[in-house]
Formats: sequence, C-alpha cells, structure tokens
Amino acid sequence: MTGSVAAITHTIAAPSIEWSLLSPLVLVFAAATVGVLVEAFAPRDLRRALHIAISLGGLAGAFVLTIVVAHSHIFAGGKPGVVAAVGAVAVDKPTLFIQGTILVLAFVSVLLIAESSHDAFAAQAAAVPGSAAEREGLLAGLTHTEVYPLTLFSVGGMLLFPAANDLLTMFIALEVLSLPLYLLCGLARRRRLLSQEAAMKYFLLGAFSSAFFLFGVAMLYGYSGSVQLAAIATAAQSGVGSATLLYAGIALLGIGLLFKIGAIPFANWKPDVYQGSPTPVTALMASCTLVSAFGALLRVFYVAFGQLTWDWRPVMWGVAILTMLVGSIVAITQTDVKRLLAYSSIAQAGYVLTGVIAANTAGLSGSMFYLAAYGIATIGAFAIVTLVRDQTGEAAHLSSWAGLGKRSPLVAGLFALFLITFAGIPLTSGFTSKFAVFRAAIQGGALPLVIIGVISSAILAFPYVRVIVLMFFSDPAPDGPVVVRPSGFTSAAVAVGAAATLVLGIIPQPLLNIANHAASHLFVR
Amino acid sequence: MTGLAVGTLRAASTPPATLPATGVEHVAWLLLVFPLAGAAILLLGGKRTNAWGHLVGVAMPVAAFCVGVAMFVQMLGQPASDRVRSMTIYQWVIVSRFRVPMGIRIDPLSICFVLLITGVGSLIHIFAVGYMSHDPERRRFFGYMNLFVAAMLLLVIANNYLGLYAGWEGVGLASYLLIGFWQYKPAAAVAAKKAFIANRVGDVGLSLAIMLMFTTFGSVTFSGVFHEAPKASHEVITAIGLLLLLGACGKSAQVPLQSWLLDAMEGPTPVSALIHAATMVTAGVYLIVRSGPIFNLSPGARLAVAIVGAVTLLFGAIIGCAKDDIKKALAGSTMSQIGYMMLAAGLGPAGYVFAIAHLLAHGFFKAGMFLGAGSVKHEMNDEVDMRRFGGLDKIMPVTFVTFLLGYLAIIGVPPLSGFFTKDPIIDAAFAKGGTSGALLGTAALLGAGITAFYMTRVMFMTFAGERRWEADQHPHEVPPVMTSPMVVLAIGSVAAGGFLILGNRLLNFLGPITGVPPTSHGIWTKAGLAALVLVAVGMVIAWALYGRRPVPATAPAGNPVTVAARKDLYGDAVNESLLMRPGQWLTRLSVFFDNKGIDALVNTVAATFGGTSGRMRRVENGFVRSYALSMLVGAVLLVGALLLVKL
Repeated sequence: MTGSVAAITHTIAAPSIEWSLLSPLVLVFAAATVGVLVEAFAPRDLRRALHIAISLGGLAGAFVLTIVVAHSHIFAGGKPGVVAAVGAVAVDKPTLFIQGTILVLAFVSVLLIAESSHDAFAAQAAAVPGSAAEREGLLAGLTHTEVYPLTLFSVGGMLLFPAANDLLTMFIALEVLSLPLYLLCGLARRRRLLSQEAAMKYFLLGAFSSAFFLFGVAMLYGYSGSVQLAAIATAAQSGVGSATLLYAGIALLGIGLLFKIGAIPFANWKPDVYQGSPTPVTALMASCTLVSAFGALLRVFYVAFGQLTWDWRPVMWGVAILTMLVGSIVAITQTDVKRLLAYSSIAQAGYVLTGVIAANTAGLSGSMFYLAAYGIATIGAFAIVTLVRDQTGEAAHLSSWAGLGKRSPLVAGLFALFLITFAGIPLTSGFTSKFAVFRAAIQGGALPLVIIGVISSAILAFPYVRVIVLMFFSDPAPDGPVVVRPSGFTSAAVAVGAAATLVLGIIPQPLLNIANHAASHLFVR
Repeated sequence: MTGLAVGTLRAASTPPATLPATGVEHVAWLLLVFPLAGAAILLLGGKRTNAWGHLVGVAMPVAAFCVGVAMFVQMLGQPASDRVRSMTIYQWVIVSRFRVPMGIRIDPLSICFVLLITGVGSLIHIFAVGYMSHDPERRRFFGYMNLFVAAMLLLVIANNYLGLYAGWEGVGLASYLLIGFWQYKPAAAVAAKKAFIANRVGDVGLSLAIMLMFTTFGSVTFSGVFHEAPKASHEVITAIGLLLLLGACGKSAQVPLQSWLLDAMEGPTPVSALIHAATMVTAGVYLIVRSGPIFNLSPGARLAVAIVGAVTLLFGAIIGCAKDDIKKALAGSTMSQIGYMMLAAGLGPAGYVFAIAHLLAHGFFKAGMFLGAGSVKHEMNDEVDMRRFGGLDKIMPVTFVTFLLGYLAIIGVPPLSGFFTKDPIIDAAFAKGGTSGALLGTAALLGAGITAFYMTRVMFMTFAGERRWEADQHPHEVPPVMTSPMVVLAIGSVAAGGFLILGNRLLNFLGPITGVPPTSHGIWTKAGLAALVLVAVGMVIAWALYGRRPVPATAPAGNPVTVAARKDLYGDAVNESLLMRPGQWLTRLSVFFDNKGIDALVNTVAATFGGTSGRMRRVENGFVRSYALSMLVGAVLLVGALLLVKL
C-alpha cells in the first residue's frame, strides 16, 4: 500500500524505521555480523570464547530489549501492538511473547552448541568423510566456530518470521532462518555422511516447500493486489475477485508453513534431518524453528485468513488428525532415539495445530504456552542424548540405553522426566500445555479433534514408557554406552529444561497469565 | 444400702459445658508424646538400643501414667460441672467446609481410660521385661507396645471422631504387629492377618459412621455432633448408631466379628493381657459409651447393642468351657465379659456407668490372670494345654494366689471386684423391663453360671490335681519382675469393684458425662442373689468334672456342644462359607475376565497399532525423491480439498 502511495506522488520518501521497536532483531543480527568479523580477524585460540560471549550476550540482550519494548511501547500505550518499518513488521503482544520464547530457547540451545568436552561439529566440513584431510583436521584440533554466527543469523530470521506483516518479508525471513540451518545440519563430527545427506535432503525439500510458499504469495497477490496481510484480509472480506486464486493461495502458502512445522504429509524430512544433524542443531530446530514457524502460521491464519476460518478449518482438521495419528503411531516402532524424538515432535506439532484451529484467544494463548513448554523440554531431552555415548559417538540405538537407570540414575531419571512431560502426565508442563490447547479446541468446537488428540497421546505414551522401562527395568549390556561428564554448559541446559518442566507443571499460572495477556487481543493488523 | 442420693445426681443430667484446658491439662499432649517417642527411639534406633531399649519401653508408659495421675488429681479438685476440658493442638484437616481440629478432650470418662491404659499398661510392660528376656527381638516388642499405648491414648483422649479413628486404626496396626510378633510361626502370621481383616470390616462401619456424621451434622467433634444430634432425623441417628456398633463389634470381638480374638492368642502373652484383655478390645465399649448422646436418641440402636452383648457373652462363655488352651479359655472369657459390658452399654444411661465399672475391674482381674497364664506358660516351656498342667499351686505360689484372686473376682464372689460390677449389669438388664429385659437378664444370669463353670475348670486343670507334665519341664516361681505386677493387679482384682461402686464413687464421677440410672437397687439385689446361686452351681459342676476325678491327658470325644465349642461355635466355618468362598469365586472370575477380556482387548489394540506402525514407517524410505513426491501428492490433495470446500 505504501508503495502505491509513493508511486502516485512521485516522491520517494525515506522509509521510517522505528529502530527502538526493532532493536531486539537488530541486536541479534548485529551480533551475528560481529561474529563474522571475529571469525575473520580474531586469533583462533580466542574465537570460541569470543563467539560464546557474543552469542549468549546478544541473545540475552535481545531478550531484555524485547521486554523493554513490550513495556515501553506496548503496555505503556495500552495498545495491542503497532506496525513498524513501513508496514513490514508487526510488533504486538503475541509476537513479543513468541520472540521472547525463541530467544530463551535459542540461548539454551547455544549452551548446547558451546559444549566443548565432546564437540558435535566437524573439524573441516569441506573435507571428504574418511579422507586424509579430515584426519588432519581432527588431529589439528580444528572445529567450525562459524556455527555461532550461523546460529545467530538463523535465530534472527526466526525472530522476523512470526513478526512479518507482509508476505514478502515473511518469505525473506523464512529463507534467512532456513539457509544457515541447511549448513548447520551438515556439520556433524561423527557419522558425517548421514549428516551431509540430512543437510542435502533438508535443502532440497526446503527449497521445494519455499517454491510452494512463493507460489502461494503470487496467487494471493493476484487475488488482492497486495502482499500485506491486512490488505489480503480486507480483500477476502469484500469477496471480490477470483475465489480460485484465493483458496489456491491459502493452500499453497499453508503448505510452505506446514512444511516448516513438520505436519503430515509434509514432514518426511523431519526424522532424517533430526537424526543426521549434530544434536545441538537438532535441539535448535526442534525448539526455535518450531516456535517461529508456528508463530508465522498463527499470524497468517489469524490475520490474513481470519475471516475465512470456516473455509480453511476442515482441511486443517484433516492435517491435524493425520499429524497426530501418524506421528504417534510411527513412533511406536522407532529404534533410534533421535528419530523417536522426531516423530514425537511431529505428533506434538499436531497437538499445537488443534490450538491453532480453535482460532480464538484461548487457542492462541494455549498454542504459545505449549510451544514454550515443549521447546524447553525438548532441548533438555536432546541435551541428554548428547551425553549418552559409546565408541561411535552418541549411542543412537535405543537398545544400548538398556539399564541406563542402574548406571546413571540421575541422567536416566531426567530423561524419563522429559519423556513423561512429552506424554502429558500431570505435574509436568506437558500436561498443562495439552490441557490448555485441548480446552481451547473444545471451546472452538473441535471436540472430535480433541478426542483424537487424547487417543494419539495415549498411543504416544507407549514408546515413551517403553524407553523408561528399558532404562530402569532391564539389565545394562556389558559394553553399553557411558554417560560422559558434561561441562557446565550442557548441565545448565538440562537443568533449565528440567526445572521449567516441573515448574510449568506444578505452578503454570504465572506463564499462563502472561500467555493469556499476550493473546488477549490476538494479532495486530 | 438402698436409697443412695441418686435423686440429686439425676438433676445434673444436662451435659456440662466444655471448658478450655487448665493447669496440667495444658501438657496433656505429653500422654501421646512419651509413648510415641519410646516407639520412635526403639523402632528407629535399631540394634544400638538393644541393651537398654526395654528400660525406655517401660519408662514411657510410666511417665504417661504420672501425667495421667496429675490430671486426675487436678480434676478431683474441680467441681463436677468444670471437669470437661478440651484443647485444640492444631488444625488437622482444612478442606473447604470440612475442618477437623487435632484436639484433646479430658473429661471423667477419658481420664478413667487414661489411668487404666497407662496404669495396667505400665504393669504389663514391667512384666514383659522378664517374660521377653530371652527373646532376641525384645526391643522391637517394646517399640510396638509403646506404639500401641500411644495409639490407644489417642483413641480415648481425642476430642473428635476422626482423631478417635486415627487411634482406632493405630491400635489395629499395633495389634496386627504384635499378634504376628513371632511371624516365623505360620499360625501367628495367619492370626495377625485374620485379626487385621476382621477389624477392617468393623472399621468400615466406623468410617461410614463418621462420614454420615459429617454430612448430617457438618462436624465430627464430640461437642459438635452431640449438640446437633437431637435435631437430626431418627433414621439417621439409628443408622449412625448401628454403624458405630459394627465398628465396636470388630474391635471388641463381638458376634458376628468375634472370630479373630481366639487366634490372636498366638501373640506373646503380655500382648494378650494388655491389648486383647484389658484395653484395646474394650475400645468398642468406650465408643458406645462415648457416643451415648447418639444412642440415647435411638432405642433401636441401643437394643441392637444389648442383643449383640448378650449373644456374645453366652457365645464366649460356651467357647471358654471347651478350650484346653489356657489362653484361649481366657480369650473366650474376655469375649464374654466384654459382652457384659456391651449389654450394659446397650441399656443406655441405666448401664453406661456399670459398663465402665466392669471394664475397669475386668482390666485388673483379666490382665492379672493373663499374666498368671503367661508365667505358667513361661515356666512350662511354652506349653499352653491345661491337660498337661496340674499341681502348680505349690510350685508357683504367688502366681497361684494372684490367679485365684482374679478367678474369685471374675466369677463374682463377694466382696471381690466382679461381684460389685457384674451383678448390677444383670440387675439393670432385668430392670429394663418387658420381654427384652427378661431375655437379656436371663442371658446375663446364665452367663454368670457358665463363667463360674469354665473358670473353675481352668483353676482345677492348671493348679490342682496331680502333675501331668512332661519329664523335661521344671517349673519354678517366676522372678519378682514378673510377680510384682501380678500382685498389684491382684490387689486391683480384689478391691477395684468395691472401691468404684461403694459410695457411688464412679457414679458420681462419671454421672455428669454418661447420665445415671433412674433407680438404684443397692448392692444386694434379687438378680445378684440368683447369680450367686448359679455361680455356686457352676463351681460344683466343674469340681465334679475336673476336681473330683483326674483330668485325662488327651481330650475325650465330648458331646456335640463341646465339639462345637471347641471349634469356636463354627465361627470360622460361617465366615468361610459366607465370605471366603464367594470371595474366592469372585476373585477367580475377575482374574478370568481380566485375562480373557481386558488383557485380550488391550493386546489386540496394541498389536494393531504396532502392525500399523511397522507398515507406515516403510513410507520413510530415505529417498528424497519419494519424499518430494509425497509432498506433491499432499499438496495436490490440500489444494484440491480447499477448493472443493469452497467451490
């Protein structure tokens, strides 16, 4: 819209950028840029420490700035939110909640990435696996410290993705968050072929889905003459124009977003990529990317298509049901712990979708609470995966986890805690969050969806409990894996995950209040 | 002796107001703390306390007794209207409308029990020091005994039904632990389980009664319930009364829940004396008397109590006649004597005081006789068959004399205790009037005669006649640590009844709480004289059968009544056919249904999902081209579906 106004008056006004509103984003991108400079100019010995300080400092600072923005610009004015950067970015309460969540989760993920006692990243990613060059790199003690700026760039994209108020900005954010992830996926130190394969698959399928997304943007522009979410909503409300363009656009845009959250039938990539990637990167994807993608999905479907709820809801019902059932059923026969967590993540995405489908404030707040609680627990679970190791690296096969409870009761107990919260057992955050989204779905008239959700949870409890039984009621194999002593970074990540899981299960009300407050006016248009 | 100042007592029939605690009552909680501390030290301290554990075990009930005596002395100094004292220690249950204070009530009724429990309890603890001296687990024994004393005291000093219930369950637990104290003996383990399960049935009744009180009155404190009771409907009051009676039947081994008491004799003899004679089994009587204001409102419930008492007093007496095991004979006698107390309690205000009087006197003479039986058993290498005793009067003179005094007391020979406490019950039963009064009185009268018979039988078989011992048995008199408690209890057997009844001492003391009989017939009544005649007849018959001619070492076949009595009047057979076998069938049926129905369903569902999972995971084949294709198919479906919905 702004563009067309400029065209009429034939003057090119300098776009007004509200730097203070965008400061969290700017800080993360600035930290990433500084990281690139460090990579270029700092001596090798200092790089890692500098990167960790910059990354953690940048993320923490951005979190503080997010709170400052929320207080000074949103609450102070009593407004539900404002549109910044010439309509490209929306800064409203749900977005700030989602961005805050992403920043906390990214902070904890960076703690995992920073673990030095058992490096997860390749010495020289460009070296052919098994080659002499690879061995030289390992012997020289090299490691790819580029992962820190890459992570920060990706996190910056994730922050922009749910805040984007027009579809082009959203697309750019999608690419900014995705491209560094494609790289990070291929950087595993062990099982490098698997890791490279995962990166390749993720890149190809991600590009495929981006094409769908872009195609959808084109359709919607063809329908409404704009890429602004608010303008699309206005056009859809007026009912003028080709309905085929509109609905094909909704579907194609939706496919691009559903791919990112990993909903069936667009989730084939998830098990392979989660399994192949370095585990800290998997943790980052399973938490931050999921939150960000859901934030964007919520914004698009609540703002641009908010008037068309009755039209997209049946299809989304189908997607949610498929996602919940397929995710939980296929999880039953998984034998690799990371693949199990991947299918679990697919099913969990289905549960959040029930909250999205509710299309009311309760659904929005329930989804946001769910994402925060699940994100922090899943990082904790993947952190434990990095600790249980044998000669080949992480002990991926579940059979080698047998009897872990007898060898390392603390680690096995914490892993059991995370599995219990994924299963949604009361007194853990998983129960509170499932309760929140299912209640919202019932309010939104989706009782059958909730019944299927509960059945799916029951199915999904089986593989979780089986792992717990395996850990505590089987005898350990003589040459089984050992639990390495982590440095403070991983310990902190596990501790934060476990503490949040328990606190949000026992006294969830403070965070629920914040989520309810954030969702009270939905998104700004 | 007639025409005592009963008229003035009746004027005080409105219950005295509940006042806050004063003086030494402020430390009434010490009653609980002492024995609980003892139990904690002995049970948690482990083997370290083996050397001196029994001393702690004895000191704690003695300390509690001192507290009890101090409170009693203080109470005697107060006017009768100021003797009900209550104090709240803390708020125990705070759930919405349901609020229960953990509180203590000290009044004449509870102080009677406090003195009995701590006094007789202390004596039995002292006796047990000698009796258990060779047992390697003596410390654990004293730990359980202290636990029992604490729970029993809680039962009688709680100021609300929930606190009473906690104590009630506590004594049940202690009883279970102590009956099964020698759990390596299968009989003891089974007996402990039996006692626990039979008590469970009664406990359900008590707990339902408490729930009904809460829903009806909105309170479970004594003062709250009794204040509201007159406003409730008659049916509810009767229901509460009958449920309380069910609870009392379980704890006090009254028909139909009597079967466990005879087996409970598998426990060490001090346990039998303290728990299964003097204190715990009388808790049912306490419950009925304490709940007097409820029973006073329901003649039906009162009659039920009286009938249960009358049936049990004959039931126990008949069983007592046929038992050759000295402890089981005494257990039958206990059942029977508690039947007397229940009968008295069922007579309402006319009998409450006599029930308590008989309870206190019984506490002395029955505990004394159990200790005597324990001494004999101790010296006879754990032999309990009276057919293998005989001629012990010269060898164990102190035991013999104390036992003899207990015996004379229980059969009601004047002027010993039983005469003063049992005959008024028989008299009061007749005084009830009508057919029920006549029947109850006759049963009580008959019971007196049978009591004389079986107790005389026990005396002759144990202490008189020729020696029927095995060659390796060398009985001597037991050491002073064991005889001295028996002597003290014997003094009580002789004097307690007269002390309590003469001059209306107990009547004046308890009257304000329990109410008093409408008329007093004095000491010498027609019923009492008839009872004395029957007692004489019973003694003569017993002498003819067991004193005049030698006792055979193996029991003769006996007539059908004897056979039935030996089998506890088929109490176990009834339980087995009515409860156990149907229960077993129910269990088998549910196991079958569980295996073939529920498990099969669950397994089928699990197998279905597992199989589906196995097939579905094949889609995840690792080829990115397949993934892209499935995405494309999904996309086509999604677009198609959305367009279809709209167009």
